[in-house]
Amino acid sequence: MSDVQILTGNQAAAYAVKLCKVQVISAYPITPSTPVTETISQWVERGELKAEYIRVESEHSVMTVCISASTVGARTFTSTSSHGLLYMHEQLHWAAGSRLPIVLACVNRGVGAPWSIFNDQQDSIAQRDTGWIQIYCRDNQEILDSLIQAYRIAEQVYCPVMVCYDGFILSHTMMPVAIPDADKVCRFLPPYKPHTILAPEDPRNINPVIFPWQRRDAEGVLRGGYMDLRWKLQHALEGARDVIVETNRDYAELFGRDCGGMLWTYRTADAEVLLTSMGSLATEATVAVDLLREQGIRAGLVGIRVYRPFPRAEVREAFAKVPAIVVFEKDISYGYEGALCSDIKASLYGTGNQAPIHNFIVGLGGRDVKAGELTEAVRSSLAAIASGEKEKQTWLNCMTE
Amino acid sequence: MPEKLFKVHKEEHILPGNRACSGCGLTLAYRFLLKALGENTILTLPASCLTVLHGLYPTTSVSIPALNCTFASTAASASGLVAGLAAMNRSDITVVAIAGDGGTFDIGIQALSGAAERGTDFIFVCYDNEGYMNTGTQRSSATPAGALTTTTPVLTKQQGKKDMMKIMEGHDIPYLASTSASFPLDIYEKFVKAKRIKGTRYIQIATPCPPGWAFSPRDTVKIGRLAVETGIVVLYEIEDGKFRFTGRSKTLAEKGTRAPVINFVERQGRFRKMSMEQLGRLQRSVNNKWSEYLRRAAE
Repeated sequence: MSDVQILTGNQAAAYAVKLCKVQVISAYPITPSTPVTETISQWVERGELKAEYIRVESEHSVMTVCISASTVGARTFTSTSSHGLLYMHEQLHWAAGSRLPIVLACVNRGVGAPWSIFNDQQDSIAQRDTGWIQIYCRDNQEILDSLIQAYRIAEQVYCPVMVCYDGFILSHTMMPVAIPDADKVCRFLPPYKPHTILAPEDPRNINPVIFPWQRRDAEGVLRGGYMDLRWKLQHALEGARDVIVETNRDYAELFGRDCGGMLWTYRTADAEVLLTSMGSLATEATVAVDLLREQGIRAGLVGIRVYRPFPRAEVREAFAKVPAIVVFEKDISYGYEGALCSDIKASLYGTGNQAPIHNFIVGLGGRDVKAGELTEAVRSSLAAIASGEKEKQTWLNCMTE
Repeated sequence: MPEKLFKVHKEEHILPGNRACSGCGLTLAYRFLLKALGENTILTLPASCLTVLHGLYPTTSVSIPALNCTFASTAASASGLVAGLAAMNRSDITVVAIAGDGGTFDIGIQALSGAAERGTDFIFVCYDNEGYMNTGTQRSSATPAGALTTTTPVLTKQQGKKDMMKIMEGHDIPYLASTSASFPLDIYEKFVKAKRIKGTRYIQIATPCPPGWAFSPRDTVKIGRLAVETGIVVLYEIEDGKFRFTGRSKTLAEKGTRAPVINFVERQGRFRKMSMEQLGRLQRSVNNKWSEYLRRAAE
């Protein structure tokens, strides 16, 4: 029996951590992620969750604690936002390079300067190339469900997973969330079996200096050099695709909720224009799709759930025949375009679909995005496409003079 | 003290043929501190000379398990090990973080201060060779005034050495010690004692560096001894706030026979541009430190 409660996104994340029986939590406060670790600290201090809770002096140390605790065999968790995530950047690379199944909740927030505490996805997008799996959540239920799935994925492929959800829009907004039965979660998520445990019984020197070339170990076995290890990480992330899909399917069977695997679609079957986006912006775009259909435009939506590994095959299938694509995103790769837009374009390369792709940069630093504005944006794009504009970047609701 | 030598464990944890420089003070210190710590230990270390000593993948010269960490994260890495081992019911294992002076006085100070403030149950070891020696002798906040480094190549370092022991003492930790690679038994005894104490323990070891300090590799022990004879390096420990001289420094304190700092300075190429004024300041700072230590030892 699941128990439905009215929870904020941050509370939903905390419940997932409790259900996953995380053994080491490391935390440093930053808005808007702080309530996640505040909630967990209450449970730990009251004895409701048996875990080591380390209140460190910086996010750099947060991720370091997760790395070392994971290396000796513990299941670990942390949450952060914005500058906290950026301050971890070095350690994010180190965690992925160490192939540790750390799970991090990233409560998406804009990045300074100047300061903004409000939502966009620049923080996690800027960590795209660290070797972490990235999952974006539609609503508070998906935060809980995706975090539980994240541990199973991470511990199967030995890669860290970042579960991203929008600051304030989800983190501080209450929604009904079904909390799954704890025993059922235990059945879904077997205990963590590390690939290597650092222990005195089996002394090792973990993560030493490595050469560019391969070398033989003391037994004469040829071991990889730096580049060979990097290929293994790339191979693991590519292979994670199947594990993510299978994990989502098993979760859906057991708990009756389907997060969509790599991506999810909405009213795409007969679409003449497809919108695409990630996180709560994609949820907002479903309303825009309905409005457009009421106005006689056959719109549909592709919600990207997993951004790394990128769902290339699924994107190719979803966009195979559509004549127009509009990408909405809350990030910008300065000097080029939105990161999602680039990836969608790259995925479609060589498929035969040469549809125009328009890119809207929206909602940076918490600027409000209304469904009606998305609708207008799509209509303006369709007009521009009709007059032959194949590519276009627009900053929605923005002073551009 | 030859009888004390018999108490030192015979077992070696540094295997022959490591990659440290010849005459490396760290190697000598490390050999004895590992003997004192024994097998039931996990080490964590940042990028430093010690990383090189530990060897390059897939071979290693050290038989104690070690986790390499990033430069700024050593003490936090130890915190994670302690937490993870507690979660795995392995709190019997001694967690030891070991970093150079750059990884302690400079880039590692934030994580170290945090771990000490939390009372993390681990030993933090700083091997102090007074500069960024692994990257080719750049200035650190542990480099003494008057020393030439590759980033103070003309004028010498203008600022004095940071008093890291005082900073660590400000964290109210149960055990701190200052020791020297030239006195392996002093190192051994301090690590045997530190291993038995709970909470954050900080041990700073002066490790002479032949290439960085510009002296012959055959003189490492001699140079380290001169540092102690002149009172620049002091062998002492502070246990629950109580200051105590140890070994050779105890004798010097009792007899009042410290040698002038020039005896240490004149033997090293790094001080060849040191001014008389800098030399005078170094002597005065050693004198002042000793007045304080003698007062504290008498308390």
